[in-house]
Amino acid sequence: MTKTGYEPLTSIDAITAGLASVGYISTREISTAIYLAHNLRKPILIEGPAGVGKTDLAASMARFLDVPLNRLQCYEGLDEGKALYEWKYGKQLLYTQLLKEKLGEVMDGAGTLDAAFDKLTSFEDLFFSETFLEPRPLLTAMKQDQGSVLLIDEIDKSDEEFEAYLLEVLSDYQVTVPEIGTIRAQVPPLVILTSNNIRELGDALKRRCLHLHIDFPEAEREQAIVRARVPDVSDALLSQLVEFVQGLRDLDIRKRPSISETVDWARTLLLMHATELDEEMVRSTLNVLLKHESDIQAVDKDVRTLARAAASTG
Amino acid sequence: MAEQVLTDFIRALRSADVRVSTGEAIDAAEAVKLIGYADRQRLSDTLRCVLAKSPSEKLAHDRLFDLYFSRQAIPQSAPEEQQSEESEESSDGPGDLLDLLENGDETAIAMAMEQAGQEAGLQEIRFSTQVSYYAQQMMKSLGIERLEREMMDAFRERTDDGQARAEELIEGRKDMFGRAREHAKQAFETYGAGATLAFREDVLAETALTALDVRDLNRMQALVQKIAKRLAVKHSRRRRKKNRGQLDVRKTLRANAGFDGVPFDLAWKQTKRDRAKIVAVCDVSGSVARVVRFFLMLLYSLNEVVPDIESFAFSGRLEDVGDTLETEDFAQAMDKIINSIGMSSTDYGQSLSDLRVNHWNILDRRTTLIILGDGRSNYGDPRLDLFREAAARVKRVIWLTPEGESMWGSGDSELPRYRPHCHTMKQVTTIKDLERILDEALSRYQ
Repeated sequence: MTKTGYEPLTSIDAITAGLASVGYISTREISTAIYLAHNLRKPILIEGPAGVGKTDLAASMARFLDVPLNRLQCYEGLDEGKALYEWKYGKQLLYTQLLKEKLGEVMDGAGTLDAAFDKLTSFEDLFFSETFLEPRPLLTAMKQDQGSVLLIDEIDKSDEEFEAYLLEVLSDYQVTVPEIGTIRAQVPPLVILTSNNIRELGDALKRRCLHLHIDFPEAEREQAIVRARVPDVSDALLSQLVEFVQGLRDLDIRKRPSISETVDWARTLLLMHATELDEEMVRSTLNVLLKHESDIQAVDKDVRTLARAAASTG
Repeated sequence: MAEQVLTDFIRALRSADVRVSTGEAIDAAEAVKLIGYADRQRLSDTLRCVLAKSPSEKLAHDRLFDLYFSRQAIPQSAPEEQQSEESEESSDGPGDLLDLLENGDETAIAMAMEQAGQEAGLQEIRFSTQVSYYAQQMMKSLGIERLEREMMDAFRERTDDGQARAEELIEGRKDMFGRAREHAKQAFETYGAGATLAFREDVLAETALTALDVRDLNRMQALVQKIAKRLAVKHSRRRRKKNRGQLDVRKTLRANAGFDGVPFDLAWKQTKRDRAKIVAVCDVSGSVARVVRFFLMLLYSLNEVVPDIESFAFSGRLEDVGDTLETEDFAQAMDKIINSIGMSSTDYGQSLSDLRVNHWNILDRRTTLIILGDGRSNYGDPRLDLFREAAARVKRVIWLTPEGESMWGSGDSELPRYRPHCHTMKQVTTIKDLERILDEALSRYQ
């Protein structure tokens, strides 16, 4: 048996610890999902609001296992030519030109048209072989023999047909290239799909995947995440700023601040040498957290109470 | 036994509208084999990851998991042997009521209840009215008859001791029956509550909107959401139609310029789907108002698939109500509209001319114009000329009326005169009718 990169995935606790070692603060649910995905050989479909670390989980898994990350960003109009494989048409054309003269030599001695044809068919797979195959992320992932993490990002943005196309890849870990045959993964990749719920995904796809819903983190976990990214932040400021962001998420606004925005805000506050949260400071840096003018105006009247409440926790 | 636990849990999930396929059931069995039953939290995490695939399904899962696994004794590693021993001792049932009463061992009672429940087929329970019946069945398989015989014997002794013994047995019987009822009730909540709700919704969907009870209104809202979701899923797939056979020469040449013009990549002509646009013109006077309320509720729940919705309400004059409906709470907005607009006497001609003067530009060739009204215009001029002009501008005209076809044209009804200019004129009475109409209207955009 060949050595794969999946060996550290021995238990749920080992996954939590391993992810923590690369700076990703996992939860019980996330680690369980990954443990199951590895043991049942199933892809994980992760849903949840933007900016809760769905994509980051895949990247962290790759770092933790020290295997390559193959990322496929989905968008409307994505087709198999961009996701699976493509023939290198240009190279094929170039080779035909170059080999033209060589062809004369090879054909030498073929007296009749039939003989020439027979000779030619014996080389038939010359141009449709792996040499001329340009692998795209899905095929690349199938070919990693140490294992890999395959991230199919924002699957909800792709078209319905593409979703159907993925089914073969996800359930059997194989890709069929009509001219060559079926390419099967020796070591199946760990597949992570993310979705922001722009459209409802098909049942067929959902059936084949484990499902993980990641929501905005609890205060405690968010503190741990910010702490991991911004180690210099003081305890008092950390608990205050997380409390403030958590309060902000409960308000009725268009775009709720994501984790990465909390991290950015912590960095900003640190740059401004803040040791505690005060109203003035919050107002002047609010645009780091809120990206819509209407949101900033909407929370204007709540800033004072939220900042006070947060300050009292620290 | 362990597998039975999982199968029953999946059955409970299915009854609560969580779709679990056979493949997923197999996955769950494998996952459980991996994780084990020992850690309850871990088991819950595992099952909700494998079986529940949307936030609402996860909620249903959590509720059922607590309900189900609080009741279910978590199977031990060797329950089979224990059971076979038991059945050798007393072949007549899952345990004997008398022994249980005398020992008073809580775990033994719970185990016996569980087994009696299985024998009575408790997982088939669907309606709350069946709780008593199943409790009776459970008592029977627990050996109630022997207890009753014993009780009668004790009475027959006609001694103080016998009397006391009988009293004791009566108390015990009552207690056991109470437990069995409780057990059956919990089973109903696990397996049956979802099914009952689904049944009630089916009935509701076929009830005439004008005959709805006030207490049904809340449930109706949930039902409308469900229907809207169904329509949305069906129509949100944006299919690109490929006209195979029609080569797009310009595109092909451009795509293959790099290959010296040798056409490796062929591009075909494609037809693009129109974006759906619905303009609803609703009569909000008197009898039609009820139907209008649900129609608009359904329509506005659809804004995910229909990017453009315009709605107008009229009785005497016509007003744009789209903003009010979109920004305010739906129920309140609807009440306000009906109270402020629905009071004057109906005038279709005047309302059409209001539409002509103020909003004519919104009618274009991708619009489906839906008119909801009984067509009773108090003998005023129906302004057929304007209606004909509107029909010519739009993709389709659909007229919905709460009245049956036999009433069309009676009294001041102008429906037969409008009819030739409509693509469809239909009676709508139930929410199902509304669903069908919108379904048909939306499928024209594919």
